[in-house]
Amino acid sequence: MQENLYIISAIAVAAICTFATRAIPFALFGGKRQVPKTVTYLGHVLPPAIIAVLIIYCIRNVNFLSPNHGASEIIAILSTALLHIIKGNTLISIGGGTVIYMFLVQYIFI
Amino acid sequence: MDTDIIKLAFKKTVPVLFGYLFLGSAVGLLLADTGHSFIWSFFMALFVYAGSGQMLLISLIAISAPLSSIAFLTLLLNSRHAFYGLSFIERFKKAGKMYPYMIFSLTDETYSILCSTNVSKTVNDGKLITYIAMLDHIYWICGCVLGAVIGQYLSFNFKGVDFAMTALFVVIFIEQWKSFKSHTPVYIGIFSSIICLMVFGSDNFILPALIITVSALMLLKSRPLAHKPQENTGRC
Repeated sequence: MQENLYIISAIAVAAICTFATRAIPFALFGGKRQVPKTVTYLGHVLPPAIIAVLIIYCIRNVNFLSPNHGASEIIAILSTALLHIIKGNTLISIGGGTVIYMFLVQYIFI
Repeated sequence: MDTDIIKLAFKKTVPVLFGYLFLGSAVGLLLADTGHSFIWSFFMALFVYAGSGQMLLISLIAISAPLSSIAFLTLLLNSRHAFYGLSFIERFKKAGKMYPYMIFSLTDETYSILCSTNVSKTVNDGKLITYIAMLDHIYWICGCVLGAVIGQYLSFNFKGVDFAMTALFVVIFIEQWKSFKSHTPVYIGIFSSIICLMVFGSDNFILPALIITVSALMLLKSRPLAHKPQENTGRC
């Protein structure tokens, strides 16, 4: 019983803290006030920069100095990009890239 | 009924469906590994709704970490989310009563899907973004429960399936690349990430990288980094 109580509190704390990080910009600039021009500007130019950061975030634990030099990740990312540039179909790009990656990490660069 | 809008939201979120089912399963498996009931995976997915956040939470619960540590580490890990809302301060208001839910459900993946969803004149944008957010959340809950309940009995080798998330970001990256005239923000993002990755290491790089990115973009504010004008119709 005491353990359950601990888990419930832990989940509650994590939930509140996660929500808090997501709510910060809305608490600062939301509401009825006019959104400052700088924030509008940032909201406009940030997405492409953040998506780029997120791609790096996804491969942050890849060791490019290891024997495989992160070959699985590099090949799979390039294949995904190439598929998307040629076919322009989101599902084909993501599905194809993922299958290629799974094949590479399971059979080639184990 | 909003059948058409739900269909459109579903189409937009299919990549997240695959990503979340597998990523969620991975988180569910992790919980099953610590010997806890799958019901906790359900509640975590429902109330916390953060991939890396839940992994951290599970590992902290496993060592009975004090609540203060859970709070501190969660804030630190999820600090990148503080930057996402900047692009949706006005747009989320269209969700009406669901405004708080939109803030709650702003994950990496929902953020990127919303960024790649144009505001159109024919579709009720407030409803569309709400359904996108709700569908993503449902996928996540299903994934987390699925992983915790049956994941450990599956014999198929899922290793590498979490690449679906990386692939999703790559696809959105290309879409954004096409619709922006200036690529300076992208270069700044990549450059600051790589520098910070080398300086701070893989566990701590993202917050400094984002701070440097935002600062650099502020410095460049006077220079034109705008969209191609003809496509400047609401992409965030």
